[in-house]
Amino acid sequence: MRVWLNKQRNLLDFSLSSLSRRRGKTLGMLTVYTSIVFVLASVMLFSHAIRREAATVLAKSPEVLVQRMVAGRHDLIPARHLDAIRGVRGVQSAEGRLWGYLFDPAAAANYTLMVPTNPRIEPGKVVIGDGVVRVRNADPGDLMSFRAHDGSLVQFKVDHAISRESALVSADLFLVAEEDFRRLFGIPAGMFTDLAVSVRNPREVGKIAEKIDAALPDTRIVLRDEILRTYESVFDWREGMLLVLLAGSILAFAIFSWEKASGLSAEERREIGILKAVGWETGDVILLKMLEGLVVSLSAFLVGYLLAYAHVFHLGAGLFEPVLKGWAVLYPKYRLTPFVDELQVATLFFFTVFPYTVATVVPIWRAAIVDPDQVMR
Amino acid sequence: MVFQPAIIALLLASMVGTLMVAASVPFAVGVLRRWNTASGSEAQLEMEKRTYLVSTLLVVVLVSELASLVLFVFNADRMSSLFVGAMCAVGTLNVNEFGFPALYLKMVVFFAASVWLVLNHVDSRGYDYPLVRVKYGALLVLAPLMAGAAGVQLAYFLGLRADVIASCCSTLFSGNTQVTSDKLATMAPEAALAALTLALAAVLVLGRRVLSSGKGAIVYALASGLAFVVALEAVVAAISVYIYEMPQHHCPFCILKGEYGHVGYALYLSLFAATALGLGGGVAALSARASSLAEAGPRIMRRCVGASMAGFALFAAVTVWLILRSHLILIEPERLLSILPGGQP
Amino acid sequence: MIHLSDVRKAFNQGKANEFWALKGIDLSVRAGKVTVFRGPSGSGKTTLLTLVGCLARPTSGRVRLRDRDISGLPERFLTDIRRSTFGFVFQQFNLLKGISAVENVMIPAYPLGRDRNELSERAHALMASLDIAAKAHSNAEWLSGGEAQRVAIARALINDPEVVIADEPTANLDSERSRQFLGIVETLKASGKTVLMTSHDPLVCDTAVVDHVVSLRDGQLVESR
Repeated sequence: MRVWLNKQRNLLDFSLSSLSRRRGKTLGMLTVYTSIVFVLASVMLFSHAIRREAATVLAKSPEVLVQRMVAGRHDLIPARHLDAIRGVRGVQSAEGRLWGYLFDPAAAANYTLMVPTNPRIEPGKVVIGDGVVRVRNADPGDLMSFRAHDGSLVQFKVDHAISRESALVSADLFLVAEEDFRRLFGIPAGMFTDLAVSVRNPREVGKIAEKIDAALPDTRIVLRDEILRTYESVFDWREGMLLVLLAGSILAFAIFSWEKASGLSAEERREIGILKAVGWETGDVILLKMLEGLVVSLSAFLVGYLLAYAHVFHLGAGLFEPVLKGWAVLYPKYRLTPFVDELQVATLFFFTVFPYTVATVVPIWRAAIVDPDQVMR
Repeated sequence: MVFQPAIIALLLASMVGTLMVAASVPFAVGVLRRWNTASGSEAQLEMEKRTYLVSTLLVVVLVSELASLVLFVFNADRMSSLFVGAMCAVGTLNVNEFGFPALYLKMVVFFAASVWLVLNHVDSRGYDYPLVRVKYGALLVLAPLMAGAAGVQLAYFLGLRADVIASCCSTLFSGNTQVTSDKLATMAPEAALAALTLALAAVLVLGRRVLSSGKGAIVYALASGLAFVVALEAVVAAISVYIYEMPQHHCPFCILKGEYGHVGYALYLSLFAATALGLGGGVAALSARASSLAEAGPRIMRRCVGASMAGFALFAAVTVWLILRSHLILIEPERLLSILPGGQP
Repeated sequence: MIHLSDVRKAFNQGKANEFWALKGIDLSVRAGKVTVFRGPSGSGKTTLLTLVGCLARPTSGRVRLRDRDISGLPERFLTDIRRSTFGFVFQQFNLLKGISAVENVMIPAYPLGRDRNELSERAHALMASLDIAAKAHSNAEWLSGGEAQRVAIARALINDPEVVIADEPTANLDSERSRQFLGIVETLKASGKTVLMTSHDPLVCDTAVVDHVVSLRDGQLVESR
């Protein structure tokens, strides 16, 4: 055991000294390797952080949503449906929600209008998201006016802006009072955009949804879990697609490593010949070269991952946002919550270290089988 | 559902591994037909050099199989949020009929690869490579096994359909693709722990005999295979319950998670290593019949069996620690004590 | 201690340019003596040295080391025997560039898994005994021919072999340095080592320290004394 450990240590020392002797080649390899880890890790960290962000937001949303459908389209739902829903056993509470979109010609942007119930907003006041603050240069106390559905003017006084913390979803928010909302869009009292239902026992969500569905045949019911699943799967899919697109670069990287490992310089060949002549065995040379590869892999992996971490969580992932998030005028400025996931690290390892190792096995072996008597010929 | 990063990684790993082993098959056939250690011809020298490549490739395959086993379980656990009714990896693996077979085949491939490497190690200690034909014959078996495992895994992933909102009209999915079961068939915890104690005691007794007399390594190999199965059953039926401290939770995978301190790794790594080494010890014992291995064979066999016993002992120790640590009382203390002492090495 | 019987070695076997470097050699090398293989270039003396020194396997024929037939051994075992039994000094010295002389000396011992401190002590002691202790930390490419050769000798001795093999040891040295080298051979012989050399340098073949001279031509033995 001691002998074995000493041997590994000696070979590792020697491999480090070989790597530092070929500084140019090592640095070139490290640069390419690190950048590929960086790109892939950025994609993974980013899409994962976004998914978590979405999940955090959804966690606060109601478990069941009931929307009225007319001719296959979403329509306003009457308040009397609330009574029917409250009658279903297991429903804890049900209330109407008002929300919609508003186009602001001054900023050429779409806002998301919502009527919060807790705390309520005073009529004539508005609470705006970070994105709205930016496009309109709005400060608390400023006035904003819009044309209502009948052409009349509706004025809002900015109360305050929402903090940036959850900017990913709140950037384009425009929170108003119920009265203002109804005036703006001409929605009569007693009608809501949809109904939010909360359920006493989460396990019964499915059953309750079925009962509501039976009681109110003109509605569709959306479960929070289903939205979550859809998000999960859509983001997974996007991330996967991006990785498939990046597969080209992984392949190029594998070819590059193959090429680098097999394009041994005359000097390196001579070295291996000498090692074998002075008593190294083919297996020792393979081990040496594998250790070199391991050192390069681990350092590139570590550095690339750390760079990606900084890129995504401190520099706002400037390189990938448009692909992974979609694009809008009110693009949120925010910081993602840092999160590292073992599965992700393991997956990344498979996408980088594994191809590298596989691509270098054959060239390493080919270099290692030089005849020991070659140096004497 | 193939476009998931972890799934792509798993498919990639199994495909590359299979290709690497399959690419060695023509060479293996060549060895079976033309190998002649006595010859110094260049063709023979060429073949001997090629054996280094094959064994290096197999090391890569073994390591990647082990890593992908972990990744597979991890991924299954993570994907459970995509399926209605699936709470953890068990549910995801139950989504279609290929889930558990894929997992089992991956384990089989892992053990086959490790046994092959032990065989390779032993063989390379004999100056005339006495087992070279056995070894490359075994490679011919390993190749289709790996291809099969890769195929079942692919079938499993292709068969996964997430329960997602596909269009605005579809309202309720729950019930459409209900996961059949989130539970594994389990035996009573008392019985499982008793069986585990018996199996581990048997393994340790047999192992002592092997170490002192040098005989019975093949029986030891069989026993360690059996102990592996019993231990997995015990993890499902009892040990996991102690970890979760919930009598109804029987998942063998959640114990790998951070919520439970990754304690599953301590159990599984020791168990898998112990079993692989136990099987390897049997192989080494068989090889000792070759005259050139008369010294090396038994030496490696002892080392394998010793390390394997240490692995099983570690598994037992971790198990006992987990049970003692747990706040859950599954079996009355008095009854527990009557089982335990034998389990402690 | 080394016996060869009807040893043949072919290169590019089965191809158009097939070439037999050795065509049936019978030879015994005795322990504790100094033996020189002499012959013109292309006579097969270096090939013979590689077979005797377990660097290569004969295509046919037998090589015995003491009582063990080593001609059919795979590379792994041949290497094992080689690194414990033989130390090599090559014509071009073959030191690794970019690392220090003392590291060069230690290289053959790395795969044996010896303790690094012990190893380093032994390397320094060897270098001191060969009068090159001062150069221990110079890079190999900065050494003169004579110094490089002595580093190569130290490297050959690091695993304490029974046999030291030198290929054309004086080819790159002037007469003064060649005589110094023969002085080292003498001390090696005195310490009980067997020495094997190839050379066509009369200075080497005719010195008193040499016990046997084996002459080769076209892959065959022509004279042995």
